[in-house]
Amino acid sequence: MSALLQVQELSKRFGGFVALDSIDLEVQPGERLGLIGPNGSGKSTLVNCICGTLQNETGTVQFDGHPVDGLAAHERTHRGLARSFQLPRPFPSLTLADNLRVPMLYTVHSRSGPLHAENIEARCAELLQMVGLAKKARQRPRDLTQVEMRKLELARAMAAEPKLLIADESMAGLSHSEIEDILALLVRLNESGITVILIEHIMTAVMSFSQRLAVLVSGKKIADGKPQDVVRDPEVVRAYLGQ
Amino acid sequence: MLPFTLISVTVAIGLFLLIRMPNIEYLFVAAYTIVQYVVLTTAWNILGGYTGYVNFGSAAFFALGAYSSVALATFANQLDELVPESIAPMLHLIFPLSIPVLIVIGGVVSGIVGLGMGYLTLRLRGAFFAIATLAMAVVLQTLVVNWEFVGGSSGAYIVRPGEFPGLGSYMQYLFALMLALAVLALVTARAIERSRLGYGFAAIRDDELAAEASGVPTLRLKLIATTLSGTLMGMAGAPFPYYIGYLQPQSAFSLEYAVNSIAMPMIGGTMSWVGPLVGTLLLGTLQQTANVTISSAVNLLLVGLLLIGFVIVAPNGIVGLVQDRLRARRAK
Amino acid sequence: MSFDLLIGAIVAGLLLGGFYAAVTAGISIAFGMLDIVNIAHPAFIVLGSYIAYIINVGFGVDPIIISVVMLPVFYLLGTAIYQVYYLSFEKRGQESLRGLAFFFGVLFVTEVMLLLAFGVDYRYVEAPYIGPSLHFGPIDLPLRMLVPCLASLTMFAVLQILISRTFTGRAVLAVSQDQLALQLMAVDPIRIKRIAFGLSIATASVAGALLVIIQPVEPSVGREYIGRVFAICVLGGLGSMPGTLIAAMLLGVVESITATFYGPSWAPAIAFGFLLLTLAFRPSGLLGR
Repeated sequence: MSALLQVQELSKRFGGFVALDSIDLEVQPGERLGLIGPNGSGKSTLVNCICGTLQNETGTVQFDGHPVDGLAAHERTHRGLARSFQLPRPFPSLTLADNLRVPMLYTVHSRSGPLHAENIEARCAELLQMVGLAKKARQRPRDLTQVEMRKLELARAMAAEPKLLIADESMAGLSHSEIEDILALLVRLNESGITVILIEHIMTAVMSFSQRLAVLVSGKKIADGKPQDVVRDPEVVRAYLGQ
Repeated sequence: MLPFTLISVTVAIGLFLLIRMPNIEYLFVAAYTIVQYVVLTTAWNILGGYTGYVNFGSAAFFALGAYSSVALATFANQLDELVPESIAPMLHLIFPLSIPVLIVIGGVVSGIVGLGMGYLTLRLRGAFFAIATLAMAVVLQTLVVNWEFVGGSSGAYIVRPGEFPGLGSYMQYLFALMLALAVLALVTARAIERSRLGYGFAAIRDDELAAEASGVPTLRLKLIATTLSGTLMGMAGAPFPYYIGYLQPQSAFSLEYAVNSIAMPMIGGTMSWVGPLVGTLLLGTLQQTANVTISSAVNLLLVGLLLIGFVIVAPNGIVGLVQDRLRARRAK
Repeated sequence: MSFDLLIGAIVAGLLLGGFYAAVTAGISIAFGMLDIVNIAHPAFIVLGSYIAYIINVGFGVDPIIISVVMLPVFYLLGTAIYQVYYLSFEKRGQESLRGLAFFFGVLFVTEVMLLLAFGVDYRYVEAPYIGPSLHFGPIDLPLRMLVPCLASLTMFAVLQILISRTFTGRAVLAVSQDQLALQLMAVDPIRIKRIAFGLSIATASVAGALLVIIQPVEPSVGREYIGRVFAICVLGGLGSMPGTLIAAMLLGVVESITATFYGPSWAPAIAFGFLLLTLAFRPSGLLGR
C-alpha cells in the first residue's frame, strides 16, 4: 500500500536559521498520526511546507502518488490536503455558514463539478451540526468563543472534503470534555476514511488518538513509531517529555 | 438578477428624462460627472472593497480610456496622411469610430493594462500593489505627456459633433451612454456580490492565507478583479474627450479621480454595490454645488477631511452605519 | 556622447542621490521597519520646506538651522499621527485598506491646505551657498546641491548611530522582527513604534529644508517624490539603511543621466519604472532582509 503523504528530506531555512532539517515522513491512507514537539521545533513550519503556504528549499512532498512541490496552496487543497490553522483564521465578514461555503465553492466545486445551492446549504448545516455550531450559523466569527472558533476552523477544513486533514493544535485551552468532543470528532472523521495528522501538546489526547507518533525537536525528527515506544525513547524524554 | 437589471434600466431612463426637462445644459454636464463617478467608484470597489486591494491609480485607467479615444480620433483625422492610398477609402468607412465602439476599445485597453500590472505585482502584499498603482499612474502620465500624437503636454482638441439625431445635443447622447455604463457597472457589481466569485473575493479580503488554504485560487481571482475594475474605468474614460472638448494630461490624470474613487466608496461603504452609489451621489452632489459656490480647492479639502474622518470613525461607511442602526433596532 | 557631459551627469546624480537618501530615510523607518505605508511622507517634507521658507524669508535664518530647530515639533507631530493610526487601524487589524486610505487622505489634505495657504507659486529660500559652485577640472559642484547632500549624509549617519547604538534604536529594529519577544523583555512595543514613527516624521523636517534649497517648491511637488521614495526603499531592501543609501545614489545617477541625455520630462517615470521593475523581479531589494 503506497503512502498517501510522503515527505522526503524536506528542509526549510529562514535566512540563516534552519527551521527544518531533512525531514522524512510517511503517512499511510487511513492512518492516525500524532506529531509532537516543543514550541519552535518546526511543527507548524512543516505543515506550512506540506500544504504549500511556504515553499521548502530542498526535499520533496508527494501526495496521493503525485509530487506537489511548487504547487500553490489552493491546488494542494484541491487534491485533498486540508489543514486547520493553529491560531484560527476565520473570515470575519462572513457568517459561519458562509465561512464553510468558501471551501465548498472552491475545492469541492472544482473537484466534482458545480454544486446546487440546496446541496451547499445542507452540507453547511450538517458540518455546523457536527461541531455543535448549528445555532450560530447566521452569526459572525467575532461572536464566537475561542473554543467555538477552533471548531469552526476544523469544520472549514472538513468542508473541503479532504483525504488528509492536518489538525494544528486544535485543542489548546479546551476543557476536558471539549477535548473529548474534538477527539471523538476526529476519530469519526478517520473512521469515514479521512487520514488525520494531529499536532498537539496535550499528551493524553495524542496518546489515545495516534496509531503512530512522530517527534520533532529543533527542526529534526528524532522519533517515529508506536506511541508507547516513542514516549519511552530516552531522547524524546530528554528533549520534550521529561522536565 | 433580471429584476434588478430592469429596475436599474427604468431608473436610468427616468433620470434621463428628468434631467432633460428643465432644458438646462449645465444640468447634463453636472449629472454626467456624477454618473461617471458612479462607474468609477463601483469599478474601484470591485477591487478595493470586495477584494481588499487598494488602487491609487484610478486616474490612470480612466485616462487610458480617454487617450485611446484621442488616439483613434487623431488617427481618423490624419487617416489620409498615415495609411497607403489603397486602404484609405475602406478605413474611411469605419473611422471615425462611434462612441460605443470607443467605449469598448477603451475598456479593452485598460483591461489589458490592468491584467499586465496585476500580473507583475499581485503576488506581493496589498501595500506593494497599492504603491505600484501609484507608480503606474505616473509612468503612464509621463508617457502620454511625451507622446506628441495625442497632443503631448499641450493637450488635444476633440471636436464634438453638434447634434445627435433623435436625442438633441451631443451632451445628452453622452449622458445617456454614461447612464448605460452606470447600469452595467452596478448590475455587474451586484451580480458578483452574490456569486461564487463574490465569495472568493470576500475570502481574499478577509484573510488571503486562509482563502488559499480553503482552495481559493487567489492570484487568479485578484487578476480577474483588477482586469474587471480596470476595464470598467477605461470604459468610463473613453467618452471623456468628447465631453470635455479639450483634453490635457493634467485633467485626465487629475488626482481628483484618484481621491474621489477612494473617498466616495469608503464614505458610502465598501461592502456592497450600494456603498459606492450612496457615496458618489452624496459627495458628487456636494462637490458639484461646492465647485459653483466655493473654490474647487476647498472642495477637495473637504473630501480629504471627510475621507480621513470616515475611515477613522465609520470604517464601513454610511451603509455600515445604517446597517448597524438597523441591527441594533432588531436586537431590541 | 560627450564624456564630460557624462561625468557631469554622474556627479550631479550622486549629489542628488545623497539628497534622496534624506528624503527616503523616514520611509525606511516607517515602511521598512514598522510596516506602515505612510504615503503621506512627501507631504510632510513639503510642509518642512514651507516652514523653512517662511522663517527664512521672514527672519533670514539658514534653512537647515530652521529645520533642526523644528525637529521636536515634527517629532511630536509624528507621534500624534502614529497614535491615531494605531488606535484606529493597527489595533483593529485593518491597516491594509483603511490605513492606506487614511494616509492618502492626509497626503491630500496637507497638499490642499498648503495650496490654500500659499497658492501655486513656486517658493524658494535665500542662503549664501545657493549660487556659488566649486570647480574641480571638468567637474562642477554647485554648493546648492553639495551642501544638502552633505547634510543628508550627516543625518543618515546620525540615524544609523541612533538605531544601532542606543537601546531605543535597537528596540526599533527588534520590534520589526519580533514584537512578542520585545514584550517579554518588558518593553512596550507600541511606545517604541511611536518613537520610531516620530523619528521618521522628524526626518521630514530636515529633508524639507534640503528640498527647498535644491529646488523651488510648490504644494504638489511632493507627489513626484512618492514614487522615488518607495522605489528607493524597496530597491534598497526594506529596513536596510545602507541599502537605502546605495539605492538612492543609484536612482539619482540614473535620473540625472536620463535628464541630461533624453530630457527632463522623462524623469518622473524613471523612479516609478524602477519601482515597478523591482517589485516585479526582485521585491526583496538589493540588500533585503
